[in-house]
Amino acid sequence: MKLTGAEILCESLTRLGVKEIFGYPGGAILPVYDALGKSKLHHVLVRHEQGATHMADGYARASGGIGVAMATSGPGATNMVTGIATAMLDSSPVVCITGQVSSKVLGSDAFQEIDITGITMPITKHNVVVTRAEDVARTIREAFVIANSGRSGPVLVDITKDAQQASAEFNWETCAPKLPLKRVRKNHDQAEFDRAVEMLNTAKRPLILAGHGIMVSGAMRAFEAFVRTGSYPVAMTLLGIGCFPAKDPLNLGMMGMHGEAWVNNAIQEADLLIAVGMRFDDRVTGDLRTYAKSARKIHIEIDRAEINKNVKVDAALIGDAREVLEKLTPHIETRDHSAWIRHIAELKGDSAVRDIQSLPDTGHLYAAHVINDLWKETNGEAIVVTDVGQHQMWEAQYYHHDRPRTLITSGGLGTMGFALPAAIGAKFAKPDSEVWVVVGDGGFQMTMSELATIVQEKLNIKIAIINNGYLGMVRQWQEFFYDKRYVATPLVAPDFAALANAFGIRGERITKRGEVVPIIRSARESAETVLIDFRVEQEDSVYPMVAAGASLSDMIRRPNNPLVETATEP
Amino acid sequence: MQTLVAYVENKPGVLNRVSSLARRLAINIDSLTVGPTENEEIARMTIVAHTDERGAHRLEASLEKLVDVLLAENISSRALLDRDLALIKVSADQQNRPHLMELIKVFRARVVDVAPESLIIEVSGTVDKIDGLLEVLRPFGVLEMARTGRISMTRGGDLLRPPTAPSELVAAVEAESK
Repeated sequence: MKLTGAEILCESLTRLGVKEIFGYPGGAILPVYDALGKSKLHHVLVRHEQGATHMADGYARASGGIGVAMATSGPGATNMVTGIATAMLDSSPVVCITGQVSSKVLGSDAFQEIDITGITMPITKHNVVVTRAEDVARTIREAFVIANSGRSGPVLVDITKDAQQASAEFNWETCAPKLPLKRVRKNHDQAEFDRAVEMLNTAKRPLILAGHGIMVSGAMRAFEAFVRTGSYPVAMTLLGIGCFPAKDPLNLGMMGMHGEAWVNNAIQEADLLIAVGMRFDDRVTGDLRTYAKSARKIHIEIDRAEINKNVKVDAALIGDAREVLEKLTPHIETRDHSAWIRHIAELKGDSAVRDIQSLPDTGHLYAAHVINDLWKETNGEAIVVTDVGQHQMWEAQYYHHDRPRTLITSGGLGTMGFALPAAIGAKFAKPDSEVWVVVGDGGFQMTMSELATIVQEKLNIKIAIINNGYLGMVRQWQEFFYDKRYVATPLVAPDFAALANAFGIRGERITKRGEVVPIIRSARESAETVLIDFRVEQEDSVYPMVAAGASLSDMIRRPNNPLVETATEP
Repeated sequence: MQTLVAYVENKPGVLNRVSSLARRLAINIDSLTVGPTENEEIARMTIVAHTDERGAHRLEASLEKLVDVLLAENISSRALLDRDLALIKVSADQQNRPHLMELIKVFRARVVDVAPESLIIEVSGTVDKIDGLLEVLRPFGVLEMARTGRISMTRGGDLLRPPTAPSELVAAVEAESK
């Protein structure tokens, strides 16, 4: 059967199980759009190509599958860069398809020509230019294999206009992916494995550092079996949240810069750290010279390049988290770590009392209240998509996720503007799930044009803007480290509720604590998108905090004032 | 200084990916040589990098993550045979020519081009040997020089061959087609 390159692309995507494509048309990709119109693929018209990549990313993170984004050449392709980098840093399998000028004029600075494969080389797992229609199907299939094998990540396929227009014989059987014959390294030798087992079975104060890799690997059950067998307490990275139920007594919560003090102190006191699918990011370790000095370290990780990158480990078990854990668990002796677990509980000290949730109502509205109420009202079952900044940390602290893939957030790159488009992608992946966007007033203004996409697609997404009139996290750093010189952080915003109305979306504004639960209930009852502008305390800060580069033992604790001056110690 | 050998797909853009990766890891490349192997679809690289063992591990592991890199190996601690090749154009008049020829003989180099005012000398060997020849030639006036950069091979039965067993990527392909 002879088809055009554009038709082959659409047919291949359909056969690969793609249902939605997030994209934006333009000259160099028009043949593909023409073919899309005749296919069964659903195209979601975004308002900016960055949004398309975040949607594909959100789709991938919510579903565990591959998200697909599409754009034209030149500016369409360059607008994707931030989204591609976001997916790269968080190992999210996204396939980006860009149009390119005709191969005959490549290199001539033709209209809307840009070397997008050159630009995206360091931020993709792989990228490729296709100049012949007969290569389209095989290349797309290869892109899907690469995106979702090993450590997953984004792949970009740049297709010239003439390759889209030309015709070629299409036969699915004969266009199977042909990837280079690469060496398979032995993951780890038996001695390394035995050493890890010995460490696990002799540790007195073991602690697991659980990361995103557990989710990517689909290792949740294997992980739980491992945790239960060894009765290990578990600390989570931001992206690891959800891989182990928050309600489980062994789950301590988030570690690192805005982790609870007792979690970080437990890391500092542990005699064995078992890192699973995490990469010792600087936001997790603080100053490496003082990091977990008394602990031996086991690193279970699929990417060899991560071993000994930041933290030198005593045993590296390279491989897929699920496979390694399944191999490891039968060798674990069940041991009594109750004294250690009790000790960690004692480390909590007065933290619970200092916690804002325990304080009497002062009439002020704090972001933590909003998020904690949202958690209670949704029974912790919503998919929450957060942006970057203070609200992101409060969400991680006060929304307790029990299920995997229910917190979607930009970790590694810290991309503001991620939440709203990523939530659209997540909603397409999980149409029956309740999806909440928790976003700051700064990040929301970066990609709020995607509200139009929500309306055009008739989606039901709830949007909670944590509006404090500042670029809050930067303001917090200015407060702590720059003598309260608030340069470029006070932020004027439109009336978000009125803005929502202008898009045809119900918008509400909340200023009092007592209004929070009723509006969340009302929003949840609605079958349509609702935007809620929560006007929260302006100069609130996220506690506790490890300053950038400081030791994990050196935390800025929650203050007794000014926000919690009414607290009564028991 | 660390020495790595890599087998890569012999196709356009691969050198760029390799060198771009080193730049991204902030590793300075001292020399990088690349040429086809007995299998014309596969090229072999010798990369000499200004980094320590830890940096070399990171470079090696990161190189192997590139789809087009079939194998990368840090061979710094192994028994190696190193070779560098240089063409050196040196000024030579009637008077100093005999003296030059003596030196060339000592270094087991060859004269490959003779002109009234100059010679081109071809020399191969270790980097140190070529540096040594260069030093003694300098007083005569080195007019031009081209060096290939180092190629390295492990000695004896320590073989470093392109992979022949199916890779994880190929396994993933098989999984996809099912």
